Amino acid sequence: MQTTNRLFFVIIHPKMPIHEKARILEHIEVAPKRFKLVISSLYISTHAQPGQFVMVRVSNELDPLLRRPLGINGIRKDEHIIELLYEVKGKGTEILSKTEVNELLDIVGPLGTGFTIKKEKPFAIVVAGGMGVAPMCALIGELKKQNKKTMVLLGARNKETLLCEEAVKVQGIDCRSITDDGSNGRKGFVSELLNEFLNEMRESDFNTSTIFACGPKEMLKVVAEIAFQKKIECQVSLEEKMACGIGACMGCVVKTKSGHKKVCDDGPVFNANDLLW
Amino acid sequence: MGKLAVEIAGIKMKNPVMVASGTFGYGKEFEPFLDLNKLGAIITKTITLNPREGNPPPRICETPSGMLNTIGLQNKGVKNFIQEVLPFFAKLNTPLIANIAGETMDEYVEVAKILTREAVVKGLELNISCPNVKKGGVAFGVNPTITEELVKKVRKATHLPLIVKLTPNVTDIVIMAEAAVAGGADAVSLINTILGMAIDINTKKPKLSMTVGGLSGPAIKPVAVRMVWQVAQVVKVPVIGIGGITTWEDAAEFMLAGAKAVQVGTANLINPDSVIQVIEGLENYYK
Repeated sequence: MQTTNRLFFVIIHPKMPIHEKARILEHIEVAPKRFKLVISSLYISTHAQPGQFVMVRVSNELDPLLRRPLGINGIRKDEHIIELLYEVKGKGTEILSKTEVNELLDIVGPLGTGFTIKKEKPFAIVVAGGMGVAPMCALIGELKKQNKKTMVLLGARNKETLLCEEAVKVQGIDCRSITDDGSNGRKGFVSELLNEFLNEMRESDFNTSTIFACGPKEMLKVVAEIAFQKKIECQVSLEEKMACGIGACMGCVVKTKSGHKKVCDDGPVFNANDLLW
Repeated sequence: MGKLAVEIAGIKMKNPVMVASGTFGYGKEFEPFLDLNKLGAIITKTITLNPREGNPPPRICETPSGMLNTIGLQNKGVKNFIQEVLPFFAKLNTPLIANIAGETMDEYVEVAKILTREAVVKGLELNISCPNVKKGGVAFGVNPTITEELVKKVRKATHLPLIVKLTPNVTDIVIMAEAAVAGGADAVSLINTILGMAIDINTKKPKLSMTVGGLSGPAIKPVAVRMVWQVAQVVKVPVIGIGGITTWEDAAEFMLAGAKAVQVGTANLINPDSVIQVIEGLENYYK
């Protein structure tokens, strides 16, 4: 009866993560130093929610020691596949970028509290800066499924590092983009796109809209401020260095109005108004 | 009881492998990954009398084969522990050892008294060594007279088995171990983290909010093995070895140095089921 017990447990604890070795199906450099990992995992693809992440062991060696937290970029439930998108930033991700198709990746997941898509909010504004786009693709897919009227605003340093724009447009979702250097047309920051779009919107729609944002801390701070001024609900996904990723070590806390909260467990998605910026 | 069963400081354990304080949360976080009933004992994250906010972020940073931390004993206090955490342990048959700390001797005594009234708590481990808190921890553990006095006071306040966890940030850890035993410790556990520091060469600032923090992980293992060996030569009470144990081979090394039991720490953060691999490996080794 072991199986039955476990199944029951899964149902009452949808957040319950597992530790497994999952096969790499594809590993592509989508832009300079930016890689997409396509992984086969029945369990994680079945249970993952947009905004959640996995902890990846980049090698079996003791150095680097800690797992790396990677946002879940795509959830393909029907194919039992999850996609991860990451940037090579240091030793750990450098080693990870060398792993090959068919190798087994040591992962723990799905982890964390993801985005909350609310029934009473038919409008969604997705704001992503740089690699902050990683968890947003999974979110956009879910927003579409739930028939939310969605506007996606993407910002990046330059044309090369502006990811996922095509993938969003192909789904027929409204998408605008901007780059720091103007190499993809508009020059400027993604917060400008947000201000512009909000000016186009009817103010009466603000309280039935949600802004979902992920990106550099400075960007999130500006987005949170705009959302606060316009009284629009805003959920932000934070990035933080982590040790365990499962809420045990308290290494990844962020300051909130109700004290230190764990990014790995209470987050990574927080209500922007709860954070002390 | 299997071949690995031991009794440490009067606490009966299925095997000599425990999980170290601060690396296993309150156990529940690890339930999805392993059978908690297989462990020798579970040692809680440090519990204090009053809730503690802990230190500001950033609290951790990776170092070669190790990590630095300055969590600052964030916890919700002993009352919350009894109400929210203890009921979970009542369902397990693995002994629960409460790791406690205080900013004053009276706080240690008070927490010890409160926890002694709880049947689920099978032992206490005194954290006299956490190097992160400005006013607490380190002041007790680096001075043998104060260590002995503190252990004596807690000893009087509880009938529970008493383990004293020693800091390596001293000139001679053997003197501290002897002081703890003189105060009435039933066992000593060592080592806590080694004080360390890392600087970001781009921002030119320390990588931790509190500038310095405790080093743990495989990087500290040889230091820990040496100290366990030194202490085990001298004290009559059981020595519990801690410091960078990641595999069963590491655990066996500590046992050969004189430890009667071990604690797996940082490895729990990397592979949540590490401790099971250590137990299974030891079962094979001692066959």
